[in-house]
Amino acid sequence: MEFVVFVVAAAGALAGGVGVIASRTPVRSALSLLLVLGNLAVMYLLLSAQFIAALQVIVYAGAIVVLFLFVIMLLHMRTGEGRVEKLRWQRPVSYVLSGVFLSALLWAIWTGTGTQVATSPAGFGTVESVGRSLFTTFLLPFEIASVVLLVGIIAAVVVGRPVVPPSARAHLPPPE
Amino acid sequence: MTLPQVDLRIILPEITVGIAVAVVMVWAAFLPQDRQRLLRWVSGIALLLALLEVFVVSGGAAFGGMYVRDSLTKSLQIIVMLTAILAVWMSGAYMERTRLETGEYYALLLSAALGALLMAASADLLLLFLGLETLSIPLYVLAAIARGDLRSQEAGMKYFLLGAFSTVFFLYGLALIFGAAGSTSLARVASAAGTGSPLLLAGIGLVTIGLAFKAAVVPFHAWAPDVYEGAPLPVAAYMSVIAKVGAFAAMIRVFVLALPGAVVPWGTALAVLSMMTMTLGNVAALLQSNLKRLLAYSSIAHAGFMLTGIIAANRAGTSAVVFYLLVYTLMTLGAFGVLLGLARRGEEADDISDLTGLAWRSPALAGAMTLFMASLAGLPPTAGFFAKLYVFSAVLDAGYVAVVIVAVLTSVVSAYYYLRVAYTMFIGQPSPEVEFVGGRWVSTAIIVTAAGVLLLGIIPAPVTTFLEQVADALK
Repeated sequence: MEFVVFVVAAAGALAGGVGVIASRTPVRSALSLLLVLGNLAVMYLLLSAQFIAALQVIVYAGAIVVLFLFVIMLLHMRTGEGRVEKLRWQRPVSYVLSGVFLSALLWAIWTGTGTQVATSPAGFGTVESVGRSLFTTFLLPFEIASVVLLVGIIAAVVVGRPVVPPSARAHLPPPE
Repeated sequence: MTLPQVDLRIILPEITVGIAVAVVMVWAAFLPQDRQRLLRWVSGIALLLALLEVFVVSGGAAFGGMYVRDSLTKSLQIIVMLTAILAVWMSGAYMERTRLETGEYYALLLSAALGALLMAASADLLLLFLGLETLSIPLYVLAAIARGDLRSQEAGMKYFLLGAFSTVFFLYGLALIFGAAGSTSLARVASAAGTGSPLLLAGIGLVTIGLAFKAAVVPFHAWAPDVYEGAPLPVAAYMSVIAKVGAFAAMIRVFVLALPGAVVPWGTALAVLSMMTMTLGNVAALLQSNLKRLLAYSSIAHAGFMLTGIIAANRAGTSAVVFYLLVYTLMTLGAFGVLLGLARRGEEADDISDLTGLAWRSPALAGAMTLFMASLAGLPPTAGFFAKLYVFSAVLDAGYVAVVIVAVLTSVVSAYYYLRVAYTMFIGQPSPEVEFVGGRWVSTAIIVTAAGVLLLGIIPAPVTTFLEQVADALK
């Protein structure tokens, strides 16, 4: 039963992944991403990480994909179509390189899973255990993550603020 | 549920810098545009305070061994503080002149320093990752801070996209390592490395890619020239140093201190990377006519030189890398400081031809630039000579003869383009369009860095003896 669910979810995630990069319109890419994220949530459930699965649906599938759709709507209001590709020779090279990279990773995982792999402790993946480790073992990283978020907000302020036009700058007193 | 024993005193420098970020950001909102220079002082004083705390705060491990404050942490954090203080010091005049001086600039500069501080103290890959992100995200935005300038926007965008891509590699590697070792703690990863699990090796390889990108090691260097060229001058100066300090701090922690070289063959892999980096960085720098691009390729080349100290994986190598980082900070910031002091009709004087005849008009400035170029090329009696001497002799002791041959040959190549810059300053007529705009702050920063380069070049012994003790205390 578990295997059947896995195969269905994995096939869905793969199809979504192909959809993200193969779609011609950004909207379809974003919706394919939704498919990927939803199927990943199922995978997390299979790996007994309920909390992460719930977060995946709420944060990624919910908020982030909606955000993507909003951005696409604002940027490409009429057709939603992207620009024509200009890089010619990079495409075949990228196929070869990513093929090499993929086979190296697959080889590592194939041979690596035969050896001892770390086991997960009991109660792994519940809200309680995630919360407990966040406030005990991972206290410092948890706090630093808040700094990263603060930096992200400052970054958004800098990038999002309108550029001061030269005419407005003329009203400022000259620097000494 | 038992709460952990938390002693916040040990992270006092980080807390100070973190609070300074918030204070600068909030205060900026209440200051009119022409009084934002107050924030320069706030940031500078906060950094000085944090530097003082690095000396005072007692060492030890905290947060379940995740954060470690040993003598290596201290020396690296001192370099980070020095970089940030010099950057604040030098950038004020430029930012004021270009009307870019805002609270966000200083807040981002401080948070990048915070990230580097954390990377220097991480004994856990997760903390290392968060430090890397706290360092990188501000740099992406700083590169694009000249919003009216298309080149700056392009630099920010390019750096952000490629940086995010390299972060993915780092995270993927982290996940594989966690899968193989069951922990992200460097000590646990090191003990799990004994099994020689391919999963772990793949993870370490991917983490290496993430770090190599930050340090601009070939073949993960392609972003550097474009980003340096597009970013505003003070930002390029700051990022060329702070990202290197963070990345090499992480490399010392991950490779030299944690992973046993006999089990994980990272030495050979990094040796290949370093030879590629030294060759490409120095050869490509020969072709540059833009000073920012030239310094970008020079920073790539120096990443290769520093990498040789990591490969050595011995006591001498570790202390040599830390010494190199200190010298690199002084000479690179000094060279950028000279550029910050010049302007071509209000624009950045970033072309080599802008320096023509500078020696006859401002001999002191040209003298300082010559000193920095000689140090970057590694000529005695400057600090750059000893920095190279120490890393090369360390890696020679470790038995990597080929690396040393490439390093010495490419150093000779590098002398050509560094001395070409110096030569330009002594020939021809000075262009009337190029003028000195630095002011006393930039001048004093140049004097301080030049004094440091000379002093470390003539009597390096006190610093190197101290750093050898640091390296001794580690193992």
